[in-house]
Amino acid sequence: MSTLWNKYRYLFFRRTTQIGLLFLYFGANAWGWTILMGNLSSSSFLKTVPLSDPYAVLQMIAAGAVIATDIVIGALIITIFYLVVGGRAFCSWVCPINIVTDAAALLRRKIGVDNFAKKQPATRNMRYWVLALSLIISFAMGVTAFEFISPISMLHRGIIFGIGFGWAAVLIIFLFDLLVLKNGWCGHVCPLGGFYSLVGKFSLIRVHHTQENCTECMKCKVVCPEAQVLYMIGKESIPVLSGECTNCARCIEACDDNALNFSIRKLVKNNKSGE
Amino acid sequence: MNNKSQSDRRKFILRMARGAGIAALGGFIWSAYVDEVTASQLMLRPPGAIKEEDFLKTCIKCGLCVEACPYDTLLLAKPGDHKPLGTPYFIPRDVPCYMCPDIPCVPVCPTGALDEASVTTNGKLDITIAEMGLAVIDRETCIAFWGIQCDACYRACPILGQAISVEYNKNERTGKHAYLTPVVHADACTGCGLCEKACVTEKASIFVLPKEVAMGKAGNYYIKGWDKNDEKRLEDATEIKTKTEISKDKAIDSLNDAGDLY
Repeated sequence: MSTLWNKYRYLFFRRTTQIGLLFLYFGANAWGWTILMGNLSSSSFLKTVPLSDPYAVLQMIAAGAVIATDIVIGALIITIFYLVVGGRAFCSWVCPINIVTDAAALLRRKIGVDNFAKKQPATRNMRYWVLALSLIISFAMGVTAFEFISPISMLHRGIIFGIGFGWAAVLIIFLFDLLVLKNGWCGHVCPLGGFYSLVGKFSLIRVHHTQENCTECMKCKVVCPEAQVLYMIGKESIPVLSGECTNCARCIEACDDNALNFSIRKLVKNNKSGE
Repeated sequence: MNNKSQSDRRKFILRMARGAGIAALGGFIWSAYVDEVTASQLMLRPPGAIKEEDFLKTCIKCGLCVEACPYDTLLLAKPGDHKPLGTPYFIPRDVPCYMCPDIPCVPVCPTGALDEASVTTNGKLDITIAEMGLAVIDRETCIAFWGIQCDACYRACPILGQAISVEYNKNERTGKHAYLTPVVHADACTGCGLCEKACVTEKASIFVLPKEVAMGKAGNYYIKGWDKNDEKRLEDATEIKTKTEISKDKAIDSLNDAGDLY
């Protein structure tokens, strides 16, 4: 039982925060709770603290909207929060699409899709291109381009306010991840993930690798949705510094040898290890 | 070595070209789609909503206005509603806006897409100056225009007597009855839709449309000379001279020649 807990403790906490946050939002709409109102695009915490999606605000700026103080404050709070806990912590700890794509990745491993689809036909840098494109289109069309097609918003808004045909978008992402491209949506396409990857370059909480403990079993790379960030496994004792790491902690749980753990990034530059 | 670097460069250029091509295709589909889905004109927005074009830029789609509405009037557009995704709207025939005096939906808006100033007079929230839309009447199906007595819309109107008034006319068909027909006044109507909700005909014969859709525009060529306020529009009028060439044809020819018309 305790090994089970050790193997899935972070996963349990992640699912709890993901579902818990949505439940608070849902309760606000359905039963008038005031803890967390709105949705992941923008919300108000206890009816006083504004919280806003900084990427949505960026699109609004590109579209030429007049930006209200409340959402500037909200976007700053969220940005600072993720600068501490890790940019893409949003992806693995908050975003509801993560549950869908994790399920697709799990099923993909279980039924062995990777055995016949070994070559990944797309680059993970695509998300930065989509990010740039979203801002260009926002600017050219005068609307927030990604917000009108975002399956993430369709899902969280759908859960809170009624989903309509949004389930189809969710299903498409599931099938895309399952059959077309491994970690396709979250790891290749999603511009919000791209945005938080850029934020995550500077964030404090990091996964740290201790090479002395590593037995090179590579279980961490199997579970990791962004396996390229774990290039140092078995080679060097350094933290995972890529912004693309989602701090999901699956590698920490998968590791049997205590070679991976959370750490706080050293702010002072260490010349020896080049951090 | 030289050969290798050359083929690397080729590969690089090829990859860049491919990337640019995919980006262009994706961008084209994406922007065409966004353009289509935001083209809906027939949305009734919450009170205080800024101009639709700006609204689409500014609304962050958080749904706080929807949660604030005590009557569940406001909805967030979901996939399949054929409306700009995630933006708030209402369908008056289902649930109209009950025009709360404290307008709970407006101050909660974090982005200013619902503008508090536009529903404030003398520092106080004033729902009666909201411009959500304008009620229009189909005189063909409104039974009051048939001569049947009905004033459901007039009675339902929260600005009774100002936004909708009743006009009396003689019913020539019977010779002894009156038509009591509703008239909407655009300057007072807020577009709340209580009239549309109250209308007794199978499909509402009075219904709310966004003001830009429901109203025409006289333009600058026509001025109410008897109206001092309207005449002020002349103050910064600029002169444009146009000249139509006189036709060289004989009058009789141009009368007989219908070819120009078709």
